[in-house]
Amino acid sequence: MSREWPLWEIFIRSQHGLAHKHVGSLHAPDAEMAIKNARDVYTRRNEGVSIWAVKSSDIVASSPGEKEPMFEPASSKVYRHPTFFPMPDEVKHI
Amino acid sequence: MNDAKPLFEYLLRLADSDLLLAQRLGEWVGHGPVLEEDIATTNVGLDLLGQSRLWFAYAGEVEARCNGTGRSEDELAFLRDAGEFRNLMLTEQPNGNYADTMARQFYFDAWHELLLRGLTASTDARIAEIAAKALKEVRYHIERSADWVIRLGDGTEESHRRMQAAVDGLWMYTGEMFEVDAIELALIDAGIACDARTLAAPWRERVRAIFADATLDLPTGTWMQGSGGRGGKQGVHTEHIGPMLAQMQWLQRAYPGAQW
Repeated sequence: MSREWPLWEIFIRSQHGLAHKHVGSLHAPDAEMAIKNARDVYTRRNEGVSIWAVKSSDIVASSPGEKEPMFEPASSKVYRHPTFFPMPDEVKHI
Repeated sequence: MNDAKPLFEYLLRLADSDLLLAQRLGEWVGHGPVLEEDIATTNVGLDLLGQSRLWFAYAGEVEARCNGTGRSEDELAFLRDAGEFRNLMLTEQPNGNYADTMARQFYFDAWHELLLRGLTASTDARIAEIAAKALKEVRYHIERSADWVIRLGDGTEESHRRMQAAVDGLWMYTGEMFEVDAIELALIDAGIACDARTLAAPWRERVRAIFADATLDLPTGTWMQGSGGRGGKQGVHTEHIGPMLAQMQWLQRAYPGAQW
């Protein structure tokens, strides 16, 4: 059995209304400790109002080797982007 | 201002315990058992250092009221010798292993939280304000240290043995936390200080409950270091404070007035 503490991925919401954002990972023996460690490692400079901790092993990730079948079909379909509309100058932040 | 002198002494007691424990926790920087713990423990140290600065700043003002001139935070922290320090003996005890550090922290935090709660009702508005600010930090400290006492106590055979040895070894330094002397009695009557005697029962109850979860035996020793008005609060210290102050103060001593 491994003597290493499991790895946790930490997500922090910086203010109300925004989504949790991945900030990094850390080691902790259990969920409760992961939250406490996240508080000390990632929110020392007033970064957050809420913390999520997820065991890294529970995250299902897409495989880099499948990049082509996963993402390439989308890159040739320019019509999926709303780039064919003339935008008035007054509209910002699109 | 005839209550300025006892008030100054009382503020030093509050400041010095925070400062010396902060210094001890700072010794863990770069030596923590894991990176996360290293950061977390020294965070607690930084909180305590910040609190000591607030108490020192007020102490300096009170001293000025009393003598015409008052010392700065730096002068109070770095230019006094062991006999002039007023911290609890518990706070100057060496770090030992991680169980020793967490036992010391837990005993202190459990007391500190109760004390600060009491001080938020102080008739001295400045003390009440500082206590309210510090209490928010200390409520997290006690959660952490209690958690570690339980984890190590109720952990492996080895961690249990070490945690039990740690709480047993430091027990004799806990009595001093609940003693009052003439200086404090005068301030208690004025509603300025918190009556430390009233903290003994709730502290013991907290410790008993956490030790029960941690499968640790509550120490039974009744002889306490520094009792009878001859403890850290009166400037009587264990041999550990000397080397500690040498480490903490050497820069200001070697280069007086040096600025960061």
